[in-house]
Amino acid sequence: MALTTEEVNKIAYLARLGIDEQDVDSYAKELSGILNLVEQMSSVNTEQVTPMAHPMDQVQRLRVDEVTEADQRALFQAQAPDVEAGLYLVPKVID
Amino acid sequence: MEWETVIGLEIHAQLATKSKIFSGASTAYGAEPNTQACAVDLGLPGVLPVLNEQAMHLALRFGVAIGAEIAPYSVFSRKNYFYPDLPKGYQISQFELPIVGQGVLDIEVEGETKRIGVTRAHLEEDAGKSLHEDFQGLSGIDLNRAGTPLLEIVSEPDMRSAKEAVAYMKKIHTLVRYLGICDGNMQEGSFRCDANVSVRPKGQAEFGTRAEVKNLNSFRFVEKAINYEVERQIDRIESGLSVVQETRLYDSDLDETRSMRSKEEANDYRYFPDPDLLPVVITEALIEQARGELPELPDAKKLRFKEQYGVDEETAVLLTHSKDTADYYEAVISASGCEVKLCTNWMTGHLAGALNKNGLDITQSPIEHARFAGLLARIADNTISGKIAKQVFEELWHSDQTADEIIDQKGLKQITDTGAIEAIIDEVIANNAGQVEQYLSGKDKVFGFFVGQVMKLTQGKANPGEVNAMLKEKLKR
Repeated sequence: MALTTEEVNKIAYLARLGIDEQDVDSYAKELSGILNLVEQMSSVNTEQVTPMAHPMDQVQRLRVDEVTEADQRALFQAQAPDVEAGLYLVPKVID
Repeated sequence: MEWETVIGLEIHAQLATKSKIFSGASTAYGAEPNTQACAVDLGLPGVLPVLNEQAMHLALRFGVAIGAEIAPYSVFSRKNYFYPDLPKGYQISQFELPIVGQGVLDIEVEGETKRIGVTRAHLEEDAGKSLHEDFQGLSGIDLNRAGTPLLEIVSEPDMRSAKEAVAYMKKIHTLVRYLGICDGNMQEGSFRCDANVSVRPKGQAEFGTRAEVKNLNSFRFVEKAINYEVERQIDRIESGLSVVQETRLYDSDLDETRSMRSKEEANDYRYFPDPDLLPVVITEALIEQARGELPELPDAKKLRFKEQYGVDEETAVLLTHSKDTADYYEAVISASGCEVKLCTNWMTGHLAGALNKNGLDITQSPIEHARFAGLLARIADNTISGKIAKQVFEELWHSDQTADEIIDQKGLKQITDTGAIEAIIDEVIANNAGQVEQYLSGKDKVFGFFVGQVMKLTQGKANPGEVNAMLKEKLKR
């Protein structure tokens, strides 16, 4: 399976990755190679195999429903580029 | 052409846990911005989500309540999209293997019962809140809500009108509150829904193209938004245009829906299993436990009320729409020891009226069930008349006193001394010779005047039935 340059650009956009136009062709080739590997695996008959959700053969540990986190807003916001009235400020996102 | 509407709802019910679904931060509503957003909720590097067991229990309780299949093995997935109130760049949700599978729910619309399929219900985390005003061209982000557990309840496209959609939503709303899994507070966003709406020519088997109307947080808006959307789609098709599959927002001020994403590409969430979370295994024992936690469900309670208390359908709906109302009603019946009819009438009449007028629900009633029962008991044993009872009700509403204290203090006790009433009646007759004349000449209407006078002189404390009988007797002579 070969990816087109449009598809590579779309994937990059969805992942919000900035890529150089000159690299698109090589990305297309490399990503297509990965897909080819997947295709090869897909050709194996797995009818009797339960799909695996996680490589570890373990089940989810659960947490008791208790509030254990104290307020650390000041600490977290010290790293934020811009805050006001306790809010994190970001470039406006509404149309 | 005749059109048929097809509606499916996705309801988001915030689960009533103390802490978030994957972190130990508080879920309490109304805190200062970002004071309940911990490192996990902020998506800081190196953190790991750990599932809140209570969120799982509450989801299970919903599943068994609608008779759904419970997945023995369920998986969390990442739903990828970029928005500032979703700091990780993905929402942890469930995709292929949701915790609750296919179930059903019966709704009643205009006297008809209709069965609506529930496709699935899955656990997921809520996003934060974006505030777009007042920040000089920037948006403010509050992540307190980020990571709050949600149960997304997805219906089959089984509803055929806005009315049915509202009935279904109300039914789920009642159910989740009965189950104690969600507080149902729509103003605070604890219960909201997205509606998938499409239209098709009547008789056509395939569905039309649907539009999704997002974030409807009141029953009224659900109805209005769907009705608007149906009109809009029919208009488009009839004028030769097609319906675009898209996400739309309902604007309640303008009563219209608007396209939310104009140029952005179609959603491509690229779900995949979240490697940070292991599969959740639900044992038969856990399902049994959830069954054991089920209260009497709304439909069963309604049926029982009709049989046990002889109330009609409408009254039964009124009394059982919330568990708190039903509990209050039954507590009043047992505490007052008076006949059910009196309790029902006062409960659905005066109390419901006063609560309505003041915008309160039963849990906020200034009159607790014990004091209300105390009032009814005094009506039942004829200590006070119905008229005086209204006065006592007012006093109960505005004070902490019991009905007995109020009756005592204000001397509202009905006069049972027939001699005293007799004396007053004699007085009224003696002072109103003209009216007596009229009455005797056949003007029966004047009788009301005499009753009024007697009640006035006794300050309403005479038993009206007794007054009537005695007056009739006296006037005959």
